[in-house]
Amino acid sequence: MATLDDGVSPDQTVGPGGEVLENPRRRDYLQIAAIAFGGVGAGVVVLPLVNSMNPSADVLALSVTEVDLSAIEPGQAIKTTFRKQPLFVRNLTPAEIAAADAVPIGDLRDPQTLEERTKEGKANWLVTLGVCTHLGCVPLGAGAGENKGPFGGYFCPCHGSAYDTAGRIRSGPAPTNLEVPVYEFTSDTTIVVG
Amino acid sequence: MSFPWAKQYAPKHPLMQWVDSRLPLPRFVYNAVGAGYPVPRNLNYFWNFGVLAGVALVVQIVTGIVLAMHFHSSAAGAFQSVNGTIMRDVNAGWFLRFAHANGASMFFIVVYIHMARGLFYGSYKAPREMIWLLGVVIFLLLMATAFMGYVLPWGQMSFWGAQVITGFFSAIPVVGDTIRIWLLGGYAPDDAALNRFFSLHYLLPFVILGVVILHIWALHIPGSGNPTGVEVKGEQDTVPFHPYYTAKDGFGLAIFLLVFSVLIFFYPDMLGHPDNYIEANPLSTPAHIVPEWYFLPFYAILKAFTVDFIIPAKLWGVLAMFGSILLLFFLPWLDKSPVRSANFRPVYRVFFWILVLDVLVLGYVGGAEPVAVNVVISQIAAAYYFAFFLIIVPIISRLERPRPLPNSITEAVLKGESGSRVSESAVSA
Repeated sequence: MATLDDGVSPDQTVGPGGEVLENPRRRDYLQIAAIAFGGVGAGVVVLPLVNSMNPSADVLALSVTEVDLSAIEPGQAIKTTFRKQPLFVRNLTPAEIAAADAVPIGDLRDPQTLEERTKEGKANWLVTLGVCTHLGCVPLGAGAGENKGPFGGYFCPCHGSAYDTAGRIRSGPAPTNLEVPVYEFTSDTTIVVG
Repeated sequence: MSFPWAKQYAPKHPLMQWVDSRLPLPRFVYNAVGAGYPVPRNLNYFWNFGVLAGVALVVQIVTGIVLAMHFHSSAAGAFQSVNGTIMRDVNAGWFLRFAHANGASMFFIVVYIHMARGLFYGSYKAPREMIWLLGVVIFLLLMATAFMGYVLPWGQMSFWGAQVITGFFSAIPVVGDTIRIWLLGGYAPDDAALNRFFSLHYLLPFVILGVVILHIWALHIPGSGNPTGVEVKGEQDTVPFHPYYTAKDGFGLAIFLLVFSVLIFFYPDMLGHPDNYIEANPLSTPAHIVPEWYFLPFYAILKAFTVDFIIPAKLWGVLAMFGSILLLFFLPWLDKSPVRSANFRPVYRVFFWILVLDVLVLGYVGGAEPVAVNVVISQIAAAYYFAFFLIIVPIISRLERPRPLPNSITEAVLKGESGSRVSESAVSA
């Protein structure tokens, strides 16, 4: 019986009856095309299975949140929700603003000034997500009497991350400052987040 | 297992003969856990924990299927369905719920002892590497399953555990946040996350069952190891699995069920966390949040990294935590000592017991508050954990001078007495 070793060149192959077939490359392409087509088909089927776990339309229909600031006295903070996550709105006292401005920028893990984290002329309004940038717990410090940590801002009880009065990370495992969401003042006492 | 002296399956009953000649399933069982599987005669009670882990898996699957008949997988209804309907209204629901919850703890207790047994007696060494690798896969699946199950009651620990553990993935550079949002199906744990965790919590135990079958299959190729680490040399070294080890495992199982019952009936909440009796509140993290006890050593390793060094501390912690488990995949190639059992390895056994102590310390600091002294302890303990596998084991496996091994299992058992009586009776039987 003829085998591939029996003087058949790489451009040839042996048919079922032992005859030598010329120009077999075209047949190889058929195989490659069939496998490639099957692969694409499998990918097209896997994609919706994976993608179905991404946020659905009702979750993506994110509304904006309006927050009334009029009742927040200096030194107080409120917790509200934005996209099902906690949102901290804090009315900083002049002492807290001074404490935030006194920190040398070079000492920070995630360098940002208080000015960059607040709106122009509204440096006393610190609006951040209440989501620790480490693993997502809600830091303490917004509610009355809660532990504000060694830097007078927020303290996360999960793994001990401490934030300063500008919500900047100062110690612990969290990599970045508390996120400032997109928001704007629609009046002196109202902000719209989102 | 193909020792030549293994008993052959010879059914007497016509029905079994009829079945065996068409689908040899009875023969398969006979050769797997029956009299057709010869096992070393010197196994001690540490060889009981594989069976106990199998029983724990069955307990979880059976109680889990029943609990799923009464569970509402929605953020609005989950807490009430578990703590109200199942605990108060469903017939014997309180028992099934506590059995499932404490069953997870019992599962991890026996699995940790099972793993420590393997580490001490060198059960991961050639020719048993595949058994060990499949075991580590089962361990990873077990942790994923237990995590998702703990989320389902939708208490405070459930919610914040889901937030923190999916947060691990956000540490991955560039694509981390995308992966986390995909896992959660949103920006924070909510209905979407709870529902998919329910679906996967149902699926994974059956995946575990599949890998357990491979685990046992791989075990039956070389046969069970034994406390001497010396391979079986002849018939006198073994006894048939049934009735000798079915009886012994049955006795161990009775002790297991006694301890399990005491937990369920007298201390059902001892191993749980009281905060999970508070409904999930997305606006407030409990002041002292800790994972379930069986995750504490790994949680301590995660928390030990507090300083950015080239990559952020957050990524270090997550890499170290996953690395501490993935490391086990490489153990068969890190330990080059040809001697299996630590009974004959005077240096290895010292470091082994320090490792056991080290993991207990990690467990303690994992549950303690992240104050400075605990952070330092966790850093030292985490350093030893990695040093044991990556530095100490490879070095001592080259330098150590093992004690002389017994010539055979039978010699080790009889310590000089003649083994002939046993082999004669085995031949005549």
